[in-house]
Amino acid sequence: MEKQATRDAYGKALVELGKKYNDVVVLDADLSKSTKTSDFAKEFPERFINAGIAEQNMIGMAAGLAAAGKKVFASSFAVFAAGRAFEQVRNSVAYARLNVKICASHAGITVGEDGGSHQAVEDIAVMRAVPNMTVVVPADGVSTKKAVFAVYEHEGPVYMRLGRPAVPLIYDERLDFKIGKGIELRSGKDVTLIACGIMVGKALEAAELLAKEGIEASVIDMHTIKPLDEELIIRKAEETGAILTLEEHSIIGGLGGAVCEVVSEKCPVLVKRMGIKDLFGQSGKPDELMEYYGLTVGHIMNNVHNLLEIKP
Amino acid sequence: MREINLETVRIVEGKAKVLREDILKMLAEAGSGHTGGSLSSADIVACLYFWEMSIDPNNPHDENRDRFVLSKGHAAPVLYAALAEKGFFPREKLKTLRRLGSPLQGHPDMRKLPGVEASTGSLGQGISWAVGMALAGKIDKKDYRVYSLLGDGELQEGMVWEAFMAAAHYKLDNLTAFVDHNRLQIDGKITEVMSPEPVADKFRAFGWEVIIIDGHNVEEIMRALNKAREIKGRPTVIIAETVKGKGVSFMENRAEWHGTAPKKDDLEKALAELL
Repeated sequence: MEKQATRDAYGKALVELGKKYNDVVVLDADLSKSTKTSDFAKEFPERFINAGIAEQNMIGMAAGLAAAGKKVFASSFAVFAAGRAFEQVRNSVAYARLNVKICASHAGITVGEDGGSHQAVEDIAVMRAVPNMTVVVPADGVSTKKAVFAVYEHEGPVYMRLGRPAVPLIYDERLDFKIGKGIELRSGKDVTLIACGIMVGKALEAAELLAKEGIEASVIDMHTIKPLDEELIIRKAEETGAILTLEEHSIIGGLGGAVCEVVSEKCPVLVKRMGIKDLFGQSGKPDELMEYYGLTVGHIMNNVHNLLEIKP
Repeated sequence: MREINLETVRIVEGKAKVLREDILKMLAEAGSGHTGGSLSSADIVACLYFWEMSIDPNNPHDENRDRFVLSKGHAAPVLYAALAEKGFFPREKLKTLRRLGSPLQGHPDMRKLPGVEASTGSLGQGISWAVGMALAGKIDKKDYRVYSLLGDGELQEGMVWEAFMAAAHYKLDNLTAFVDHNRLQIDGKITEVMSPEPVADKFRAFGWEVIIIDGHNVEEIMRALNKAREIKGRPTVIIAETVKGKGVSFMENRAEWHGTAPKKDDLEKALAELL
């Protein structure tokens, strides 16, 4: 199966975007080779601004550029973009409702060897809580590319979460990516797997194996965490009566939290949240860490089995 | 280059007086807000809005307009007074400062009030906006100029030094920053709370052109602004030596007037002093 890291797809999409629209300006904080904004920098040096290792000023400058009419894409690692510069994102970008698109790479534990200090496990939760903020977590290279264009068209601030490792391509060019609209990749009546980011591919794999056992699982790519596709969640809750959420993020406040908020108020059914259990990450190979923190296909299977046992 | 003569100086001095009156009246009406730092920067803001900047209240989003970012956003009253006097909105609105539903928020909100260029108030962030706007001007090859006003206490925020570094690195000669050097912050003297001194030396070391002036002398402010227009290849900072609470004897140089609004009696006494 063909693989591509979402950050690689982001870098390439930015160049395409820059060719199409000359109001695109890209900022980075000395990580352009890792976040892949270096492709844009090479192509459009006059529209690329390196802030140096100064994420707070990067976000502040992004606000000023956006206030002067630019569509700004600002990148760093998720832990710095959403963490170090949190209050700049809140007050300068979101409060002022500006066209700043914070595209943060190296999110989650699949950062790998760099360890816990560099593995954002709470960024979705933090960004989701900020008014005016849209939060997007694409699952593969194709959807990342489509998301970049959708995010450009979207009026207002966006936080887009990207990953370091290469992940299998799920979509082809026919994908119709709409912010706020989840994608039902597979329909089954027994259980619904709602995933974002790199967990979407794993959910599909698990659904395939479950089918062999006679368990029919629905799989949803919930690429937009905010605004959340409540209609789809409620429909799937009614249809299947059991939901498993999957994210490479803390189980507190992320996709799982968001789904629970909707389900508990509007259509109470059993929900199990798969994710990182209120822990920091650590050094290791990405696959080893996914195993250690319980985010493999095998873990999905176990969780579905447990869920179906207690499902009324 | 703008013309400096007796007439232009007299006009701006008159405007500064109007701003001070409006600041005191709106704060007294609101019952809370930042008096000291609004009064200390009134002469600078009057120079910018009534002499220096190309702005048109009838076309507040003109792409070629000059831009002012009030990085010390708590001095919102001085900005609101200038915008009202310039004609961006009716003066009556000044009375709604800090009220529910008012476009005159406690700290400036660009989405609520025309003429406000940046939503500021969280100290240290406005100067980064100004750097971003100046960068946009360079990218678009436009000749608008960007101005920002910082407090001297605000220099304690680490991110301002990131912004100063970036402004010099990108040779932003279309950017002029003012430091309202009134030497007081909420908890007392800046040198006792956390000294940012020597301010001028720090800016020079960061690659800025430094001009030091009396921030209450309109002619000196004008000369500094004209000089800043001539500096090429680097940003300029005008360090304005000011008095917190300037214009009202019982408010001058008193840290307790940082975040206190005048009561009715105070207002009458204060306004009488301004006349």
